[in-house]
Amino acid sequence: MTAPRKKKTIRMIPQARTPAREQDPKERACNFQEVTHSYLVEDALLEAERCLMCPDQPCVRGCPVNVAIPDFIQRITEKDFRGAYDVITGTNLLPAVCGRVCPQENQCEGVCTVGDTLEPVAIGRLERFVGDLAIKDGWSNIPYIERNRFRVGIVGSGPAGMACAADMAKSGCDVTVYEAFHEAGGVLKYGIPDFRLPNTVVDAEIGKLEQLGVKFECNTLVGRLFTIEQMVDEMGFHAVFVGTGAGYPSFMGIPGESLNGVLSANELLTRCNLMHARDFPNFDTPMQPGKRVAVIGAGNTAMDALRVCLRLGADSVSCLYRRSRAEAPARAEEVHHAEQEGIQFHWLASPVEIVDDGKRSVRAVRCVRMTLGEPDESGRRRPVPEPGSEFEIEADMVVYAIGTNANPIIGQTSRLKLNKRGYIATDESLATSIPGVFAGGDIVTGAATVIEAMGAGRRAARGMKAYLGLRDTEYVYRDEQAGPDTTLFGIDRAEHGYARVRLPR
Amino acid sequence: MNSTSAGPGFEVVARQDFSDVTFLLEIRHPMLAKAARPGQFVIVMSHEQGERIPLTIADFDRDKGTITLVIQAVGKTTLEMQRDCRVGTRLSALVGPMGIPSHIGSARKVLCVGGGLGVAPVYPQARAYKESGAYVIGILGFRTSDLVFWEEKFRACCDELILCTDDGSAGIKGLVTEGIRQAVLKHPDIDECVAIGPPVMMKGCAEATRPHKIHTIVSLNPVMVDGTGMCGGCRVKLSTGVKFACVDGPDFDGHLVDFDDLVFRLQRYKATEREATERFNESCRLRSQVP
Repeated sequence: MTAPRKKKTIRMIPQARTPAREQDPKERACNFQEVTHSYLVEDALLEAERCLMCPDQPCVRGCPVNVAIPDFIQRITEKDFRGAYDVITGTNLLPAVCGRVCPQENQCEGVCTVGDTLEPVAIGRLERFVGDLAIKDGWSNIPYIERNRFRVGIVGSGPAGMACAADMAKSGCDVTVYEAFHEAGGVLKYGIPDFRLPNTVVDAEIGKLEQLGVKFECNTLVGRLFTIEQMVDEMGFHAVFVGTGAGYPSFMGIPGESLNGVLSANELLTRCNLMHARDFPNFDTPMQPGKRVAVIGAGNTAMDALRVCLRLGADSVSCLYRRSRAEAPARAEEVHHAEQEGIQFHWLASPVEIVDDGKRSVRAVRCVRMTLGEPDESGRRRPVPEPGSEFEIEADMVVYAIGTNANPIIGQTSRLKLNKRGYIATDESLATSIPGVFAGGDIVTGAATVIEAMGAGRRAARGMKAYLGLRDTEYVYRDEQAGPDTTLFGIDRAEHGYARVRLPR
Repeated sequence: MNSTSAGPGFEVVARQDFSDVTFLLEIRHPMLAKAARPGQFVIVMSHEQGERIPLTIADFDRDKGTITLVIQAVGKTTLEMQRDCRVGTRLSALVGPMGIPSHIGSARKVLCVGGGLGVAPVYPQARAYKESGAYVIGILGFRTSDLVFWEEKFRACCDELILCTDDGSAGIKGLVTEGIRQAVLKHPDIDECVAIGPPVMMKGCAEATRPHKIHTIVSLNPVMVDGTGMCGGCRVKLSTGVKFACVDGPDFDGHLVDFDDLVFRLQRYKATEREATERFNESCRLRSQVP
């Protein structure tokens, strides 16, 4: 790669972050179109100038899949957008997805050198710009794939499964992805609403996997239709990856939870997004109309649920969270957008009871005020209830978005070893207790982010390749390394003696 | 998995109408037929804009590679299926088998009680108990003799069959609970009871067996979306805590279930359901007027 022509300093770069155009909050609160628009070319070029090309590259280490961030930004400054796409897809399969849904402020952007003095480089927006351009222009990176005899089965078509499927397909395996729903995509489809990640983007990325030769089989509930053991023993899969997600929503166990009008964010979002209940009666799935909605929790799922309710026509939508805004686990941008759209936030409020209206529906949520005490084991300050501070928030619908537990189906139907919380137990390479079976994503770690799940899928793929004795095709995407340290008799050490195919730039 | 020959979806290979509301569909899905066990259910989407509805597997034939569903046309989706699902048509989605299979234990004398729509799903259980060597007493409840179906099928796998109708037009007059009362009187050594049907009927059965301390299993049918434990819409209240019917059930100990809670939760979408059904009936009426 070309070295920067001249060392940039913090004073030379555009000082302010290039804003991304957004739909007006009033307008967007009534529709499901995307809130944030993609950068225009001039926006991307301007923002790309803000990268210092620092030698330290903390952003790469901050990324769960280690995207070569300065490298792709460099290509953008050279207007080599296709090159930028090639760099990103070398490590990250779904730039259009990750650019939209990664919590960049805790990852790449959180450690950006520019961020020490100014606002950090908008890495996420640049990544999305490249990803959207690729979808628009139909780019895809189909490497030369030398087929081998191995068959790989992937359970779950969410981000972990997709990432693992892509890597295994690139390494030449015959990959089949099983999905229980009638459409592939997992949480990207049923969970994240269209205004944040349009389903067309997800479908475009799935299309790219299909180009790699990955087969998707929907309507297949692994564990019940056939077991993990059957996949290995009878169906001829040489390796299996389990990425079924955490999916088993938590409730609090407070009085009133079985009232009509109380539901999990998963149910609300699935009805609205995957089943198109918002288009009732054109689609048959019904949805309860909430006029005054209270959502419990302040993670990304909670933000999605809040904003979905607003768009479905609720008059007032409140967020109840037992800690303060600083501790809210959602992406900063989502909280900001939700505030702009008129969501009422009740920080330091913990529900103690859901109050019946006398007809088995919800009338209100009774909460108690919290204060923040000493930090707990997670490092966040523990919320402590204030005695005598109970108050009521009127509501006719209550949505729980307080996290999930391990989904029990795989545990019920296989002898895979689970940990004491019910998640699948794995070693460092994400291998499970059954040889050839790997697992990753929320079903191993508990609820996390899309990019972390993708990182897990890729890590499992590395473990799987080692298990199958396959070369690691990642190096195909690496730049030629020159110098005596990286070559032996003039041959790249990374090649391990295999004949390599290199993609043209 | 589309195991069918050509085209997407799952082919309907047989249909039988038991009455003007109840009909049977046989669907080709060899893998599902092989995996299905008594007590399990499937989720069906009849077309791409449809909703996902859970239906208990009423029978499965591993040789033919088919599963059988018995459906009661009560709402928009099921009315539409009654109108549109013919031999040769395809369901857009079919996934399963879901839920924990019924535990066919070492019970020696078993009551298999089916009411209305519950008659079909109790059949695989009765057959499985028979195959396990138990003495099976079938109790089937219908409103009138016109609605009776599968009587012969049950006679073939039950040692005794008590037919109950509300108006006495077939078998004994009365509800299935009357059948239970008679059976218990005759056989004091019944050690298990399986009851499937509308919530009120299952509640009645649980109350009828409670004084005799007969272990009673009921199959619950709450509102579901995904059927894989992900949405939590199907949570049911037991005296021991809250469970998800799709992955923790659908079978539960009938003496622990809070049936009143179940009945109320089943009405969550009543208003929208009624609206959809009315609109559907209206569209059918208009369609029939087109010359």
